[in-house]
Order: sequence, then structure tokens, then C-alpha cells
Amino acid sequence: MPMTLTQKILAAHCGREEVKSGDLIFADVDLTMGNDITASAAIAEFNRSAAKKAADPNRIVMVMDHFVPNKDIKAAEQCKTCRSFCREQGIDKFYDVGDMGIEHTLLPDKGLVTAGDLVIGADSHTCTYGALGAFSTGVGSTDMAYAMASGKVWFKAPAAIRFVLRGKFQKNVSGKDLILHIIGRIGVDGALYRSMEFTGEGVKELEMCDRFTVCNMAIEAGAKNGIFPVDEKTLAFLKEHGAAEPKIYEADKDAEYEAEYEIDLSELEPTVAFPYLPENTRTVSEINEDIFIDQVVIGSCTNGRIEDLRRAADVLGNHKIADGVRAIIIPATQQIYLQAIKEGLIQRFIHAGCVVSTPTCGPCLGGYMGILAAGEKAVSTTNRNFVGRMGHKESQVYLASPATTAACAVAGKIISPNEVEG
Amino acid sequence: MQFNGKVIRYGDNVDTDVIIPARYLNTSDRAELAKHCMEDIDANFADKVKNGGTIIVAGQNFGCGSSREHAPAAIKAGGVELVIAESFARIFYRNAINIGLPIVELPALCQITEEADEIAADMDSGVIENKTKGKTFAAAPFPPFIQTIIEAGGLLNSLNKEETK
Repeated sequence: MPMTLTQKILAAHCGREEVKSGDLIFADVDLTMGNDITASAAIAEFNRSAAKKAADPNRIVMVMDHFVPNKDIKAAEQCKTCRSFCREQGIDKFYDVGDMGIEHTLLPDKGLVTAGDLVIGADSHTCTYGALGAFSTGVGSTDMAYAMASGKVWFKAPAAIRFVLRGKFQKNVSGKDLILHIIGRIGVDGALYRSMEFTGEGVKELEMCDRFTVCNMAIEAGAKNGIFPVDEKTLAFLKEHGAAEPKIYEADKDAEYEAEYEIDLSELEPTVAFPYLPENTRTVSEINEDIFIDQVVIGSCTNGRIEDLRRAADVLGNHKIADGVRAIIIPATQQIYLQAIKEGLIQRFIHAGCVVSTPTCGPCLGGYMGILAAGEKAVSTTNRNFVGRMGHKESQVYLASPATTAACAVAGKIISPNEVEG
Repeated sequence: MQFNGKVIRYGDNVDTDVIIPARYLNTSDRAELAKHCMEDIDANFADKVKNGGTIIVAGQNFGCGSSREHAPAAIKAGGVELVIAESFARIFYRNAINIGLPIVELPALCQITEEADEIAADMDSGVIENKTKGKTFAAAPFPPFIQTIIEAGGLLNSLNKEETK
């Protein structure tokens, strides 16, 4: 039976010739990841179980990024739990303050994921690594504990939806606009339990940073995973970051897809998701009212890469951010932070009136470092705009690309990056 | 397993940020998490459970968003015994199974059920009755694979069994 790209990777990881949609399987995990919030919970479960030793410490990664540098005493205790566990179990891939970064940017940048891998993470945005032609998906802390103990995870093999891309982006349009467009079109459960497989001539036009952003938000359409085929750009990325030898899989030509969507990248425009769901999208040109804002955030596992910072800085130009707007810039990793300093981006952000933070997930999930008060509005490059996501339950988050978010910072309201002259 | 209780009714797309806001995720202590369960969308949640509201009935995509297992854990520790929804977000679905929070997908029942209706659920036979409305529905059984996890009392208990074989 013909298989999708996702099904091929799953079959290869459970020792079967084929898997089909609906099959329940136990798969071998190449890498299991957790962060300070979820790994600490997983460790508690692991310690309650019969397991004593991790099946393979080299296949476990822990990244302290959500409430780190520790936001309070309880957060400090969670990190301490992870730190001690990694030391006891001989887990070397433990990334703490100083060399940590936001997990889904850090893992590819450290070369820890390669094409064809099966990766699980106790974080919903683990689906990011599909950009590398890997199967990766978010699971819970108990799944993480089970995988640490046994090296395995249970799955129901998913059906798939295919997105055929053609054309290329116009200026100031990027992967964020593409994925917001898709979620707006299919809804927050439009890909529930399914794979989102991207294909078509347009794929080669997408930079790796855009593919990461698109796969990152596959979960916001309810998907199990998002995945791109491997091409020259993927191989160049993997080589540059010292990843293991790629295992390249392709979807069968006659693989079954439950639905297919064609998207012409050249028709996309700067897009914003309104509160309180990522599916509430409108192109900026469709907005007929002034939406004044109090804060912008540029960063997160969705849009904290060096290219994202460059795109924001390009739109910012020599402008100052608007009076009354607080702009928070968060490079996703230490390396990206250093690179941004080298390129003069950080100086430009600070001269414009932004603050620049060490890598953290903080504001994206309303943890710390940019919490909103009642009635406040933010435009953010992050991934969710649920009730209370960035702070008070009566605050509001609008999701947008780095270019659009930077433009909003300059204008003090929601506008298109094309309206800001550099 | 049999459950009898009053319904706490929610709509579509109840996300994990409202089930348990991230500002409380500096602990995985379940009793502590339970204190804040649903507080951003339903300030009376704890009182409703106290008054017999032990069954949540919701719309589509219940538990969407984050992978935080703290969400089903907070619901369970908060005293809810069963969640019935039109559909569940996938990570919430597996987390609920893995930690042993009973869940059922049953759109037909959800569509006629209102706040404070009385429900009687027999998980063994899959027969679930909305007593207030006088209607009975049959839930599809879990595949044997998942039943094994549930019967073991969660995923890690099933691991313990394998280890001791």
C-alpha cells in the first residue's frame, strides 16, 4: 500500500514494511526532549515507575527555557530537579543558562536532529523539526518518562493532508503569513490527528527559517506533525549544523491524502490572527479599523531565528518605536544573540527603543518577561493567542510575522510592513 | 467503571491555557494545579464540582494547545471523573489516557447536553445516558491496545507490568 512521507518514517521506526492510517504502533525514538516545566514532571513520573536507568542517555535532551533564568523559587526547583536527574543518569545533552536557547531552535542549530529521525518532545511545538524531513511531535510528560525508560512511544499512525505550494512570496511576506493563512483556512482543528505534508514547486522558494515556522505551528491546526521533503536547502542546513547523516524518505506518488490544498505563495499578504484563536486570521489589508497596541514581542520558537531578527530590523530601519509601545526582542539562542550583535541588529533594536532579552519562552506563554495587564493588546510573533495566554484574561494577543510586528511597533497600531518606509 | 454526575458544560476549542494557565506551571503538584483549573473562563468551576458536577461535556477540539499534562491532571485532581467531548485535541487525548483520566468522544450526546444535566456512564458497556433528557447513547470502545493502558491505570503502570513479566 502506498505511504505518505510520515507513514514511511513511522514504518522504519517500528520494524514494519508498512503502516497505514489508524494502525497503533510502538515506535523506536531517536530523540526525546523535555523542558524545565515538562521534564520535571516527567522525572517525577519516571521516579514513581519501576524504571531505574534511562534506556539510552544519549537519546535524551533537556532544555531549560520556559521559566529560565529562573523566574521564581518554584521554577528554580524544577530546573534543579532536571539538573540533578541529568547528572545521575549521565544525560550530557542538558542545556542550562549560558548555553540554552529556545528548545525548537536550539535542537536543529546544535545538529541534534537529522532527516528521517523520529523525535518526540514534551512540548507541543516539537513538530518544528518536520522542516528537516524528520517526524517530530509533541507528547506529554508521561510519554516522555516512558520513552526515557524504554526508548519507545505509542502512536496511532496518522492520515495526511497535502499542501501543494507554488509561486514565491512577495516582499515582507514569510512563512508566518503562510501558516496563519493555512490555519485561517482549515481551522484550529482542521488537521486534527493528521499529518500536514508540504510539497510542490513552491517548497524550494521557502528558506529553512520559513519551513521551521510553518511546521512549528502545525499543532495550531491540530496536526500530529508537519513535514517538508528534503531538498538542497535541507541538506545544506544539516551539514552546516553538523547533524548526523540524513535518511531521506519520500512520499509515494500514489499515497492517499484526505484532502489537498493548493496555495500560490505570491497571492499571500501580511496576515494577522486576532484573539482568541490562531484561526481568526485577516490580511492586514482587510482590517478597516485602528487597533492600537501596548506591546510587541519578537521571538519564540516560532520566530526567534536570525532571519526573523533581520526581517524585523529591516522594517524598523532607523525608526523609533511608537510612544507608549513596549517592544521586547528575544533572540532564540545564544548563537543567534551573538550573531545579531555582530550584525549590528541588537544596537539598532536598542536605539529604536526596544529591550533585548536573553533567550526564554517567558512572555509567549504568559510566564514572565512581558506580561499584559487587563485590557492591553500585543502584537507578537509567537504562536498562540488564547484567553490569558500572555497575561490577564482580558488582555489580547494578535499573531503576526516579524516584519508585520516590527511595523506595528513603529506605528503603535496594526499596519502592514509595506506601509513603513525604511 | 461507572460514573454518575452533573454536567459542567463548555463549548468548542477549550485550550490548555484556560484549563491550567501557564503562570501556575512552576509546579506539577496536582492538588495545587487543581486550585486554578478553568479559572480564566469559569470562576465557579471548583464550586460546581463540589456540588456534584463531576462530568465535563464539551464541544470540538477539547484540550487544544500546549502539551502540558498538567491540564488533564488538574481536571482529574479537581474532582472531575469523566470528560465527554465532540472531539479532543490529540496531545490532550493521549495525556488523558496516559494518566488515567477517563475520556469519551460522543458528539451526539454533547449536542443535546446542557449545563447541570444528570449523566450516568457505564464505561464497561459504553452506554452513556443523559438522564435529564432521557436519552441513551453508545460510545465506541477503545481499541484493545489503549484499553490495556487504561486497565493498567496509566502508561507507566503498563511499563511496570512489562518489566516484571
